[in-house]
Amino acid sequence: MRRRAGRVALVVVLLAAGGLLVTGALRDTVTYYRTPGELLDDPGVARHRVRLGGDVVPGSLRHDGDLVVFRLAEGGHEITVEQRGTPPETFREGTGAVVEGTLSSDGVFRSDHVVVRHGNEYRPSSSPAVPVDAG
Amino acid sequence: MMQASTVDLLTDTARAAAARRTMAWIAGGLAAAATVAGGWLAPPDELQGDAQRLMYLHVPAAWVAYAAFAVVLAASGAYLIGGDLRWDRFARAAAELGVVLTAAAIGTGSVWGHLVWGTWWAWDPRLVSTALLLLAYAGYLALRRTLAERRGARDGGDHRVARPAAVAGVAGFLLVPVVHFSVVWWRSLHQQATVLAPHRPPIDPRMATALLLAVAAATLAAFCLLLRRVVHLERGLAPEPSPAAERTPAGVG
Repeated sequence: MRRRAGRVALVVVLLAAGGLLVTGALRDTVTYYRTPGELLDDPGVARHRVRLGGDVVPGSLRHDGDLVVFRLAEGGHEITVEQRGTPPETFREGTGAVVEGTLSSDGVFRSDHVVVRHGNEYRPSSSPAVPVDAG
Repeated sequence: MMQASTVDLLTDTARAAAARRTMAWIAGGLAAAATVAGGWLAPPDELQGDAQRLMYLHVPAAWVAYAAFAVVLAASGAYLIGGDLRWDRFARAAAELGVVLTAAAIGTGSVWGHLVWGTWWAWDPRLVSTALLLLAYAGYLALRRTLAERRGARDGGDHRVARPAAVAGVAGFLLVPVVHFSVVWWRSLHQQATVLAPHRPPIDPRMATALLLAVAAATLAAFCLLLRRVVHLERGLAPEPSPAAERTPAGVG
């Protein structure tokens, strides 16, 4: 009886440790996105498909055919992104976004998938708290 | 005091059932108030629009799931210390609630993510760790069932099921802080906590009120369901073999 319970406890501990290892192994999960600074420091990382996260720089957003072009910034570094395909409706200047693609040698990040990363602040839609850029 | 009223509410008598019904009505009233507050009185969010109202379902589901797993932890610990099988039944009922609510949090979160992030699912630390949490407690329930079937024991009425289950119930809680702090420890698509944040970021007071009402309603409703489930489990176990078999030190069993 005691041995059996001990064995079950061991299995549980192993499962828990295994779970943590799996999360650790899922580097893409733990580092869900890279920052512009990281990609600029080590462009080799972005030869493969990566996620890039940052805030959409106000004034940088424009539509060019079926491309949406904008700059993502975080920590003083910026990368220009060319997104193919329509972003979600909530996508706008000043909010966060995570794009998925590769960094070309010309320094432009070409992505085909964009998700909006919003903050944890909630304001009524009528409040003029954040000025909406006319562009 | 709390202990006495809990035991009172758990008896299979008309008086206890009436008290449980009263609590259920209060929970229903709170839920109605939360629906009005969250559906109409609270304004739509500036960035997210009406999709933000999913918060009033998603956050209570996640919060009560955490609370249910905390009950699993406490009840499993109480069983391991005192050897009272009633705690084992509490742990099982709470785990069942927690699994359903975690699934509800993932479901509502998925719809919210689709509307606001632009994706139903992301391989993000919060989402992946929550899925692991769901798997862990579904595994806990599967372990109970397997043990009961293998050993020909009655789940909720046998120390041969209760002891290993209690160990698993305590161990499983390790994942809860991982889920909660995943958005702080790692980069995540998921936003950080608002109400439980150390420096509370701005939230419109009407939104906060709706959220608190929804959390209160969900917590009380879950408590009612927990009591009902434990009473139901005990009814299924009756007739008890003998009062002496009900309470033996866990270390001996």
